[in-house]
Amino acid sequence: MSTATTAAVQVASVHRRFGERVVLDDLSLTIGESEFVVLLGPSGCGKSTLLRLLGGLDRPDGGTVSVPKARAIVFQNDRLLPWQRVLRNVAIGLYEDGADERALAVLEEVGLKDHARAWPKTLSGGEAQRVSLARALVTEPDLVLLDEPFAALDAITRLRMHDLVRELRRKHNAAMLLVTHDVDEAIALADRILVMSDGRIGSAYDVRLDQDERDLGPAREELRASLLGDLGLAAVH
Amino acid sequence: MSTGIAPARARTRQPAAAPVRTRATETFTAPDRRERGSLRRFAWPLGIYTVPVAILVAWQVGSELGWVSEKIAPAPTAIVQAGVDLWQIGQLGPDLLISLQRVGLGLALGLAVGISTGVVAGLLRSGEYVFNGLVQIANTIPLLAILPLMIVWFGIDELTKVLLIAFGAAVPMYLNLFAAIRGVDQRLIEMAQAAGVRRWRLVTRVLVPGALPGFLVGLRFALAYSVLGLVAAETINATSGLGFLINRAQTYLRTDQVFLGLVIYAVIGLLADQLVRTLERVLLQWRPSYEAA
Repeated sequence: MSTATTAAVQVASVHRRFGERVVLDDLSLTIGESEFVVLLGPSGCGKSTLLRLLGGLDRPDGGTVSVPKARAIVFQNDRLLPWQRVLRNVAIGLYEDGADERALAVLEEVGLKDHARAWPKTLSGGEAQRVSLARALVTEPDLVLLDEPFAALDAITRLRMHDLVRELRRKHNAAMLLVTHDVDEAIALADRILVMSDGRIGSAYDVRLDQDERDLGPAREELRASLLGDLGLAAVH
Repeated sequence: MSTGIAPARARTRQPAAAPVRTRATETFTAPDRRERGSLRRFAWPLGIYTVPVAILVAWQVGSELGWVSEKIAPAPTAIVQAGVDLWQIGQLGPDLLISLQRVGLGLALGLAVGISTGVVAGLLRSGEYVFNGLVQIANTIPLLAILPLMIVWFGIDELTKVLLIAFGAAVPMYLNLFAAIRGVDQRLIEMAQAAGVRRWRLVTRVLVPGALPGFLVGLRFALAYSVLGLVAAETINATSGLGFLINRAQTYLRTDQVFLGLVIYAVIGLLADQLVRTLERVLLQWRPSYEAA
């Protein structure tokens, strides 16, 4: 089923339970075209379940999920095929002519053109995750789903990845949904931050800050405090 | 600390009460490579074959000195001589050839059946239901135990021999390949589906390469069991072949020729093993355990 709307993602009163445990409870969500939404929540709150529903890897028990056909997922682990060289890993989902050239172009965007012939085992964690970003973007998706993609990276690499994601977003103009439990990551990247709790969207914040304000300033601190409060971590600063 | 007087006094008051704690230290420096390398080369000049060769030398010396009876274990040189003699009177060549031919035919048949059924069962749920029960049952029957049945069904000629070898090769090939395909990392399959990979590419780029290590394990077992099948098959009504050579040598108490047959089996086994190792080095160079060969 495919219908054309202005929103990239429309989720209407979705339910999902595993056995007795209700993970998603009447959840609704809309993501606009080329909007960057960050889904924030503690582990086990159902944010990864929601992402899997949006990615088509799982089906809801009730409600509807409509997403663009052209979508891509960046997983928590790089999930590169160890038996394919980097270039072939990036081009895995491409069927048109000139797939290798396009894969190479996207590899250049993530700064790994020189590694096209390398085996995944020779890459560092940050490099491998950049390859999986390239693999997601090479199909020119309308929606990119990112499932805590930087959680396993060190702090410095993570900051570089944030810059890269911002840059890629300007170029590719896709809607993005990033799932994370890192408040600073959410503030650094989001147009809109949604805090999940009890299987629903608990609260939502439109982030209208420029890049400097996201790094430093009273507006950032205020937002950070509210987010931590929503996560039940108000006392922690 | 802020006040230095109190702890200082405490120290001077009872210096002997505090137990003296000696700390053992370890110091690491770069190993002397040249010395250790040459030492290792000296200790194991032939790698893992050092011990077999040493035993061979001791055996030869023991035979020369008359410590080992010729009827029990003739000297290694005598075994080689037996091989040369048999070759020269034109008996070893044809026997070896017919045995290799049996193994070749049996392996080809067994691998073809084992691989095709293993792939179908690995990829398709219905394939699993068709083949898996049968092969699991077949796997519980010892290879040698089905020989009588084979003889009843297929006679005592070449067909039984080839089929026994094929059976020995097909079962381990199927079992390992099936397990290997089903064991491919689920997260990679999910990634491929999320990336819009279609069925055929999923098979060729994800499932087949992912199952390759298990396939090579299966191949190793198949080669070993096919030689076992060969030995069993050639003890029955054979008028040629390595097994026949060994049986005849036993009848005439030619221990040297018995050993010759065993040596040839061992060489065939080693060559098969080397073949699989080479395949692994070429096909599995992406594995982290195979550091850039």
